[in-house]
Amino acid sequence: MYEPKMQLTEGQRRILNGEEGDVKAKVMETIVRYGDMFEADRLVPVTHGQGHLVTSFGLSLLKPIYRTMDELISAGLKVDGGFTMDPRPVDFENVKCNPLDRILFSTVLYGAQGRYEEQLKKLGLSGDNAFSCACYFDEMGNVPKKGDILSWAESSAVNYANSVLGARCNRNSGMIDIFGAVLGLVPNFGLLTDEGRKAKWKVIVKTTKKPIPQILGSAIGIKVMEDVPYIVGLDQWIGTELNDETRSYLKDFGAATASNGAVGLYHVENLTPEAVELGDSLLAEGYKEYVVDDAELERVYKSYPVMWKDPDKEGTIAFIGCPHLSRAQLNEWADKIINGLKETGKKKVKCQTVLCTAPPVMKEFEKTEKYRELLKTGARVTYICPLMYTSNPLTKSRRIMTSSNKLRTYSVARYYKDDELLDYIIGK
Amino acid sequence: MKEFKGRVINPGYYKGEAVVSHQGVNTLATFQKSAIAKAKQVIAADQNNPDIFGKNLTGKALCLPQTIGSTTGGMVLEVICSMKINPQCLLFSEHIDSLAGAGVILSVVWEGSDIIAIDSLGQEFLDTVKSGDTVEIKEDGTVTIL
Repeated sequence: MYEPKMQLTEGQRRILNGEEGDVKAKVMETIVRYGDMFEADRLVPVTHGQGHLVTSFGLSLLKPIYRTMDELISAGLKVDGGFTMDPRPVDFENVKCNPLDRILFSTVLYGAQGRYEEQLKKLGLSGDNAFSCACYFDEMGNVPKKGDILSWAESSAVNYANSVLGARCNRNSGMIDIFGAVLGLVPNFGLLTDEGRKAKWKVIVKTTKKPIPQILGSAIGIKVMEDVPYIVGLDQWIGTELNDETRSYLKDFGAATASNGAVGLYHVENLTPEAVELGDSLLAEGYKEYVVDDAELERVYKSYPVMWKDPDKEGTIAFIGCPHLSRAQLNEWADKIINGLKETGKKKVKCQTVLCTAPPVMKEFEKTEKYRELLKTGARVTYICPLMYTSNPLTKSRRIMTSSNKLRTYSVARYYKDDELLDYIIGK
Repeated sequence: MKEFKGRVINPGYYKGEAVVSHQGVNTLATFQKSAIAKAKQVIAADQNNPDIFGKNLTGKALCLPQTIGSTTGGMVLEVICSMKINPQCLLFSEHIDSLAGAGVILSVVWEGSDIIAIDSLGQEFLDTVKSGDTVEIKEDGTVTIL
């Protein structure tokens, strides 16, 4: 039997000792050992009851996960506040696939999707549309308050919740997310503590124009790894108000810090809630400095390897929206594609073009005239995670383009700046 | 021969080959391809990590600062442990990160894995050990580069 290092209440110790069943004891042991590894002093209650799980895809090879889910269900365990999930992996209607792709996606790769979603429903899934990496969109409804304690995973969602919403969540792994949510308890360490939210880096933005969020986030992620950065000088470019535009910027910026590094929280001076409240007192003693100027961003941009087998050929498919596009971003991309094609005198996009967004955002967008106009260009809107499309080994030979630094990092997709990608799509 | 002492996350004895990454290892990008292919060995597939890209990690002592990237990381580690194609040891120069930590615990508690994990070995360890070196790991967290 595992002997915990942290302080447990009598009730928590009873769970660990198996008095509420063997499965719950294993769940508790996992959470306690996880906390002990990080010198957590105790378990604290999850105050935002709705969880968010990163493992949304029924990959056939995830047998250990399905077995564990079955054990939780058999033990009568579930997440009382419900939970959202990362995006579903396939959408044959909107993401064109050949017959071989279809077979691979629906049998070999994600053959367990149906069975897995049945498990998720039994464990507390918050409805059929609860699948987006951007669960914090208003349309998704999983929006924690400042100071809330969460049991979430998905690096970009944790990053956003901590940084933009001021909630508190560690960079939990898949499975730790549901274990904490089932227990309603998470270990108190790291980003849950005031000390852990202090910045070990002061990042000074000295660019001559608004930095591209995907590249700025990448540069900072690569530099600070898992540390917390306190960013000064960015507010001159993106303002001091958290509106749709800045939230979208921070979503993409944060996802790049989390995927190119391991950033779970950042502060932007005069903008993000804790930076507004506490200012540079958030800087930890002995913090380091990193200056980001135009040359540094160019250096980072140029460092991205091109993994296409034939880099001189043109791209065949463009994915936009990883993390999922917000409603404002989706509208903006649709406008840019529709108007860009008018400008170039072309009727159709030059390559398969896929815009990814959250299911409720997509459903609303589908009701608009703009959606019908967009469809005429050949572009499509989907709810999938493009990363899961690229898990198909057959796609490795396709020349995938993206303006997402996260997708670039985890696949052989080639990174393009938004403007470059748009110009390609509209044949400029 | 040089000796280092770290903190034991999961103990065990090992003598074998080191593979060294001087940058954070992206678990998803490194392991996913082999896991999906149901490969018998993990060939590191992270294009952004030239230190280990293309190297066989199965049964080796992977020496690294920390892991980085997607929060599927711990679960991916659990899966490759369940497939028994994991690195036999994870030797961290820094404090173990939350994703690798979760992965090790999930593997031990739910899969009965004997993966060895030692952290806080220090920067000098990572500066000293080279890919291809033989390392010996003892139950008390002592790591010797032979």
